[in-house]
Amino acid sequence: MTKGISIVSPDKVAADRYAGLSTDAWRWLGTAVLIGLVVLLPFRLSNYHVFELTMVMIYAIAVLGLNILTGYNGQISLGHGGFFAVGAYTAAILMHHYAVPYWATLPVAALICFVLGVLFGLPALRFEGPYLALVTLAMAVATPQVLKYFDNWTGGQQGLNLVKPQPPPALGLDRDRWLYFIALIVLLVAIRVAVNMLHGRTGRAFVAIRDHPIAAAAMGIDTARYKTLAFGTSTLFTGVAGALSAIIIGFVAPESFTLFLSISFLVGSAIGGIATISGAIVGGIFIQFVPNLANDISDAAPSAIYGVAMLLFMYAMPHGVVGTLGPLLARSVPRIQARWPALIGK
Amino acid sequence: MHELLQQIFSGLAAGAVYASVALALVMIYRATDLVNFAQGEMAMFSTYIAWSLVTVGLPFWAAFLITLAASFIGGMAIERIIIRPVENAPVLAAVIVTIGLGLIFNSLAGWIYSYTVQDFPSPFPDRPLFGALITTQELGVIGVTLVMLLLLFLFFRFTKTGLAMRAAAQNPLSARLCGIPVGRMLAIGWGLAAAIGATAGIMVAPVLFLDPYMMSGVLLYAFAGALLGGISSPVGALVGGVIVGITENLVGTYLIPTQLKLTVALALIILVLVFRPNGLFGTAVVHRV
Repeated sequence: MTKGISIVSPDKVAADRYAGLSTDAWRWLGTAVLIGLVVLLPFRLSNYHVFELTMVMIYAIAVLGLNILTGYNGQISLGHGGFFAVGAYTAAILMHHYAVPYWATLPVAALICFVLGVLFGLPALRFEGPYLALVTLAMAVATPQVLKYFDNWTGGQQGLNLVKPQPPPALGLDRDRWLYFIALIVLLVAIRVAVNMLHGRTGRAFVAIRDHPIAAAAMGIDTARYKTLAFGTSTLFTGVAGALSAIIIGFVAPESFTLFLSISFLVGSAIGGIATISGAIVGGIFIQFVPNLANDISDAAPSAIYGVAMLLFMYAMPHGVVGTLGPLLARSVPRIQARWPALIGK
Repeated sequence: MHELLQQIFSGLAAGAVYASVALALVMIYRATDLVNFAQGEMAMFSTYIAWSLVTVGLPFWAAFLITLAASFIGGMAIERIIIRPVENAPVLAAVIVTIGLGLIFNSLAGWIYSYTVQDFPSPFPDRPLFGALITTQELGVIGVTLVMLLLLFLFFRFTKTGLAMRAAAQNPLSARLCGIPVGRMLAIGWGLAAAIGATAGIMVAPVLFLDPYMMSGVLLYAFAGALLGGISSPVGALVGGVIVGITENLVGTYLIPTQLKLTVALALIILVLVFRPNGLFGTAVVHRV
């Protein structure tokens, strides 16, 4: 190869640098700052706010699972609250009846929810659109009833009380902050796994099946295999989130896992941005904070405020917050750079 | 045998209500490819309007007709104001809007009328007929539903607007090229769906009693019925709704404890759908490559 010839033109290289740093460097810097903030944040907040943020992360994991299925693979689910419940009860039953340590319940919940998701995904292969919505809806509706029925295991209506995990004394953390960091680690692992999966061969197969199943099959993608895989992975994420929620709240009861929870996941997913990874975090924030905020605004009709918020978000950003703002940002950075070179120098 | 027939008839009455709501769902789905998750709450709110009119002292049937008219106008307004902005948005955005709308109606009803369970007057005296096979209430519900269906059939079959609505639902683009105001047809469709839902709500309220959550179970069974029949088929919605009503009653009476009734009914419906994925009367969607 002749020296001095590069495949990327020098202009292009320059265009990808902002204020002297490459886009990659910016991305790493941004991630580092963000992680720094997230690590320091719990030490500046009250215990209750730390708990709220922990719940945001748990919902984000669950919504991320739903995004894999609905966003990337195009299969709608109104039943993820059910899989969340399966994860939660797996953790609760193991901890309560068998005294299994809390961290060991996560892989078990993951495995059970993956297998259950694959089994559920098999008949789901035959359903599309509203039919799949009904089948998954049935799952969500059945969950609390089934949980109440097997009361030997699940404690029935009263649910199960769990012992909250104790932080290792060497770390000098209190319990709320320790739980926060557990959720944070699981969330980061989940995001990493999702990125690897969705930005690779598997993710491309998912998207191809969503956009055009026949063309995807013609190109040699095993649609049945990838659709069930999408279902299994999706429920795995949501089940792990459920198990975490049981550990962190220290209590499970059938009434926490109603249809409303499943709908909340779908709402969070749509509002964050259905086929995005970071949108899941926005969705988690929405699910956790907007109902409370609505309560503060109006005691009389809080769900009305929540409903209005859903409407306004969908009007303003029909592709979700990340799905709408992301492309907008990507388009505007080069424009800003062209107009005010001093602001983001080359 | 007598008890079985009794159960079948009361299942039929419940099925008539599910069929009405299922029909409303199918009408909106055919026109816009959208499952209206607010249908139940809209019907519940209409029922409250009827209730307040009756409480004020209006005769039942006058209140009934005023409520239908109000629901029709309200349904049109909802399409124009709430649904229109997400007409071209992704389907999920529109679904979320209907979910939000349902929450708003539920919350408003609770706020205005309180969450206390209310007695709803029945226009039919509660009297057993034909050797206690069926009550007047049940017979009345079935009768009103049949009259409503007949009127709808006549409207869609013999009026110009009905024909235009069918055209707009089947092929919006060609319909628009023929000079049919497709937007207005959609609004009328929503109005009709709201009125059908209102009828169902008023018919079921004396049995279920009125509270803001009255229609959530009904909506679920109606949704199941609509899909069992085939979401693209109005006849399917009716048959599906009735089958769901009867199945639900028989399953709850003979097979299993009531707390698992809903689960088993849904499981049965899904079992049927596994063998007929487009519903009993639905046509398979053919994808063009």
